[in-house]
Amino acid sequence: MLDVESSQRVERGPSTVPGTEDLVINMGPQHPSTHGVLRVILKMDGETVTDVDCDIGYLHRGTEKIGENITYTMFIPYTDRLDYIAAPSSNLAWVQTVESLFDWEIPPRALFIRSMVAELSRIASHLLWLATHALDIGAMTVFLWCFREREMVLDLFERAFGARLTVNAFRLGGLFQDVPQEFLDDTRAFIEIFPSRIDDYETLLTENRIWLQRTQGVGVISAEDAMDLALTGPILRSTGVQWDLRRAKPYAAYPFLDFVVPVGENGDVYDRYLVRVEEMRQSTRIIEQCLDMLPDGPVSCKTPRTIKPPAGEVYHSIENPKGEFGFYLVSDGTETPYRVRIRPPSFINLAGLKKLSVGGLLADVIAIIGSIDIVLGECDR
Amino acid sequence: MIAEIIAATLKIVLVLGVVSLVVAYLTYLERKIIGHIQMRLGPMRVGWHGLLQPIADGLKLFLKEDIIPSRADKIVFVIAPIMVLVPAFVVYSVLPFGPNFYITQVNVGLFLVLAVSSLGVFGIVMAGWASNSKYSLLGALRGAAQMLSYEIFLGFALIGPLMLAGSLNLQNIVQAQSDVWFVFYQPLAFIVFFIAALAETNRVPFDLPEAETELVAGFHTEYSGMKFAFFFLAEYANIMAVSTVGIAVFFGGWKGIPGIPLPGLVWYLLKLGAIIFVFIWIRATLPRYRYDQLMRIGWKFMFPLVIANIFLTGLVKLLFL
Repeated sequence: MLDVESSQRVERGPSTVPGTEDLVINMGPQHPSTHGVLRVILKMDGETVTDVDCDIGYLHRGTEKIGENITYTMFIPYTDRLDYIAAPSSNLAWVQTVESLFDWEIPPRALFIRSMVAELSRIASHLLWLATHALDIGAMTVFLWCFREREMVLDLFERAFGARLTVNAFRLGGLFQDVPQEFLDDTRAFIEIFPSRIDDYETLLTENRIWLQRTQGVGVISAEDAMDLALTGPILRSTGVQWDLRRAKPYAAYPFLDFVVPVGENGDVYDRYLVRVEEMRQSTRIIEQCLDMLPDGPVSCKTPRTIKPPAGEVYHSIENPKGEFGFYLVSDGTETPYRVRIRPPSFINLAGLKKLSVGGLLADVIAIIGSIDIVLGECDR
Repeated sequence: MIAEIIAATLKIVLVLGVVSLVVAYLTYLERKIIGHIQMRLGPMRVGWHGLLQPIADGLKLFLKEDIIPSRADKIVFVIAPIMVLVPAFVVYSVLPFGPNFYITQVNVGLFLVLAVSSLGVFGIVMAGWASNSKYSLLGALRGAAQMLSYEIFLGFALIGPLMLAGSLNLQNIVQAQSDVWFVFYQPLAFIVFFIAALAETNRVPFDLPEAETELVAGFHTEYSGMKFAFFFLAEYANIMAVSTVGIAVFFGGWKGIPGIPLPGLVWYLLKLGAIIFVFIWIRATLPRYRYDQLMRIGWKFMFPLVIANIFLTGLVKLLFL
């Protein structure tokens, strides 16, 4: 274990060659491919990585403590800023956690819109991941192509909720108001062209020899190790474990929807890539079904003016694009939560970085960080 | 005598001026082409369709603060960019741009190009070492290993065509291709040459010494202002020089396709444009190789290939010519 505080005078471990020292590289918090303000301290023997330590917390804003001081409704915009790449997913996790303390009947139209928007956010998140991951490995064009489609998704969010990134999409008991018809039309137009755009990205990467050499057999983790480290999301599924909370513990409209949970075989960077690309296709299918099955009716149930859940505790989690995103909530029967604890997928998945990258080369660490798909907003909270 | 000196000086100034300008506009071309491949426009604001962008960039770099890190080795730090830039321009002294448009002819012209251009790697190592930064050091180490290795394949790939031409003088090599371009006799050599050229000029997919997403900016991480511009200019000057060598050795230099009367210089520029377009196209398409993979391709794939090519060329020459 490296000493985080004194990486300058870190104890130099024995190197393979006598009379030499390992090189300690301080990657981040300002580095082009640490995806935000992650700091990774690498101990290297030449280009080979011998030890990895993550230093997080540069984006810590005390979100959990803030949650104890404001009402349940007021906390929804704060969840936008956890996983800001897929803000509606964070909203959904919080809203459903609070709702599970009540016995409200959420109208079906709201459930379907929630699922649809959550899948749109999954597409937006995976597009940002694919863009930056490909850029990390040097494929520049994929970056701009992905951003072109992500822009379309953000425009859809703006049309429905008035904001692009921090959308504050859902309310306790349903939605704030119904989405406009133009949103539904534009969403249908988007899912019609999107599959061909995924084909475009795959043309550049999936069978590209350099891409295969850079990703296959890199950052391999077994299913047992992944489960021991509590990794979730595409990383776990890339090892062959079919664990998706949309299936395992269905919420919102997912019980009514037909979709495949893609899994990989080898648990390497390439399988994570394939799993996420396939998830984008499945998300498109889910959105299409939501549009087809969208029932009419109200979008919110009757909720009291002040939300005072009965005293008790609950843990509820959903399948965020990055993995299992959950809230542990303790209510003491007042207007504000007694305790809000966030289960961030990035934080826990990032703990696997050392396991994945020791023994690889410097360039592999970059590919592995990209393949974990972290967002520091929820990692640091 | 004096007239000759003046004429030579004028030629040098002309070639250097034109080369510097073309190199500056290569950056513009690259940004425009990559922009359009990526469904955007590239520079559009400075001048008509951003045509003055390279000049604005140059001015900006010229006016920027020149930072020397306090713990850097100052003398080496200052010399390094010059060490990179000077060889990049010196090679233009023997390159043939047209039948009568060149600075000088040397009997060992091609040898001089290889010898001088290999000096650039010293500048890169010096820059990485003098910066006293770990990213720069790693970039310089990668640069040294990569450029020294690929120098060998670049040189060996040129031996096949040389055996056919029987001369090291670049003008003679061009003349030897009056009938058929050497690329048709030596396709293997050209492929190896092109891959080695990509690696020599640190271009994608071999841009490891400055791999932005790994090493921030590699060996020139700590450089700013004009010193950075020197590295930048040298990179593009190298691309143009290596393309010119490739054109002269494999594509008949300034010689055109018979039947289409165009001046030699125009033919040269057309071929240059085509080759540089491929350079840029590759950059927009491919990801980056890893360090160990780069070395493996070089020594285990390209090295046997060039040796086999030289052997085959010799055999064919001995038996049939």
